[in-house]
Amino acid sequence: MFSSPKAAGEAIDKSPTGIAGLDQVTFGGLPAGRPTLVCGSAGCGKTLFAMTFLVNGAAQFGESGVFMSFEERTEDLATNVASLGYDVAGLVDAGKLMFDFVRVERSEIEESGEYDLEGLFVRLDHAIRSTGAKRVVLDTIEALFSGFGDSTILRAELRRLFAWLKARGVTAIITAERGEGQLTRHGIEEYVSDCVILLDNRVIDQITTRRLRVVKYRGSAHGTNEYPFLIDEGGISVLPVTSAGLDYAVSSEVVPTGVPDLDAMLGAGGFWRGSSVLVTGAPGSGKSTLSAHFLDAACKRGERAMAFVFEEAPAQIMRNMLSAGIDLRPHVDAGLLRFEAARPSLYGFEMHLTRMMRDVNDFDPQVVVLDPITSLRGDEVELQTTLLRMVDLLKARGTTAYFTSLTAGDGTITQSDSGMSSLMDSWLSLRDIEASGERNRGLYVLKARGMSHSNQIREYLITNSGVHLVDVYVGADGVLTGSARANQEAIEAAEAVSRAEEVDRRQRALARKRATIGRQIAELEADLGAEEAEIEALGRQADLREQVLVGDRSAMAARRGAAE
Amino acid sequence: MSGIATAGQADEHFNLRLYIAGQTPKSLAAIANLQTLCREHLPGRHSIEIIDLREQPELAARDQVVAIPTLVRHLPPPLKRIIGNLANIEKVLVGLEINGVTT
Repeated sequence: MFSSPKAAGEAIDKSPTGIAGLDQVTFGGLPAGRPTLVCGSAGCGKTLFAMTFLVNGAAQFGESGVFMSFEERTEDLATNVASLGYDVAGLVDAGKLMFDFVRVERSEIEESGEYDLEGLFVRLDHAIRSTGAKRVVLDTIEALFSGFGDSTILRAELRRLFAWLKARGVTAIITAERGEGQLTRHGIEEYVSDCVILLDNRVIDQITTRRLRVVKYRGSAHGTNEYPFLIDEGGISVLPVTSAGLDYAVSSEVVPTGVPDLDAMLGAGGFWRGSSVLVTGAPGSGKSTLSAHFLDAACKRGERAMAFVFEEAPAQIMRNMLSAGIDLRPHVDAGLLRFEAARPSLYGFEMHLTRMMRDVNDFDPQVVVLDPITSLRGDEVELQTTLLRMVDLLKARGTTAYFTSLTAGDGTITQSDSGMSSLMDSWLSLRDIEASGERNRGLYVLKARGMSHSNQIREYLITNSGVHLVDVYVGADGVLTGSARANQEAIEAAEAVSRAEEVDRRQRALARKRATIGRQIAELEADLGAEEAEIEALGRQADLREQVLVGDRSAMAARRGAAE
Repeated sequence: MSGIATAGQADEHFNLRLYIAGQTPKSLAAIANLQTLCREHLPGRHSIEIIDLREQPELAARDQVVAIPTLVRHLPPPLKRIIGNLANIEKVLVGLEINGVTT
């Protein structure tokens, strides 16, 4: 955000307005004890601006206030601002606010001789005294010009009034109508020169954008740009534009994408916390489903997540995501997830951003999804600078931002995409891969600052259990996806089967050979055994014959001996 | 009191309030001019209440007083306001609808 609100030598006391954003633009608020001029054409929110200053003063800063109205009756004023959540009646009852309706009707007044506006001074003085007011609003003091004929007297009296207010030390807001060629119709800015704030309400392409500019602020630095501001049920909020200081703290914590396969493609296992992510893709490429994964994962970690959606109603998103197996409703019921849906054409994109920043400040989410930023319409350059602001503000908060952007189906990068690129830390590109009469989905990480990442184009499927990444075949013919990939898978599977069969066959042949050799060994051994047995038998016969021979010889000897 | 011929209800009572803020020359002139005027044109049928807002500031809102001096005609209705030190008698008479003024 802004660097030190009170720079060295800043001598002016500031009176905070309590209006979100304005106190940053003015480095602390309006000049305390001095009058401030708020000018703008009809319907710009001057009265509301002034009322907010008073109510916030009384309710938040302990400073009572006096509202002197020249246009609206007290009851009307209270009713008008009650719709914006201000409890004016309560503050009046507590003596912290006082209203004085000054009715000046030209037709009822006859002028005769010299006069002055001492009556106004007396009433203001009485009101300031009785409430101890530190803040005063005069709305719209220019109404006096229609009430009195002698503008010379009136101008002299107004000069005296502003000097008197300054001497009283009250912080005053004077509202005035925008004039042609000058800030106010009656040149009030001549008298109130300490601080001038201009409110503007411009219609471009049938869309209204409110803008605020601090024209001058004597004795103080201030933001000089035009800042969009918002009036809705939450009152006024201003979006400070040029807060783009590149000095935010960085985190080395990782936020998973919610798709484990995708985490694996990113070196750190997800996005850095507080970084900004862009997902570009053709219609129907699954950008919203991926962001639903991201939201779901954040809520499951117990973080708060916020989704700004411009195309679908929250109920429809939740129903549709159920078909992808993502149930977001429990997170919404648990108060972890908040959807903010608005038609893009409802406001100008600056208005959208103002509203979004206010919602982000309210809900304080850790992750924010914008789906899709291409819905926000406006001038290219303006859109880019405004988104830059958004990115910077979210980064300053440490909020991880997830933007989706619609691109042409062929995945070409448009001018606006490349313009956005410099703002984004990570960029996932979803693209259609058309081949063989099919449209398939491919995803790749185009950039991821501060981490290594896969260079692959991965095909992904959106199934009833969410997004799954599958390997993509890259061959001579390019990337194979869908049924071509399935075909390739089948071919490879068939090859694998035939390889397995070959091995089996060889193994069986080997087994057969082993069995054959075994049998041969057995035969040879049997032969050997037979031979051995034969030799043994022969040996036995030889012995027997020897014995017989010996027996014969001895018998013969005996016989021979007897005959001798 | 010649030169005065009040047309219509000659007995109409004028209830007048003059708001001033302190004894300024403008206020004193207004008081003097009013008293003269009433004496001359509304003898016996007027009442004047002079309110000094320096002393009673809370009364300023009651009659929507912004300019000083302011003369308010409460009666007869409708309410009329004349601002200034009432130096221009003609304008005051017209403003108060005191009819039939001749010279």
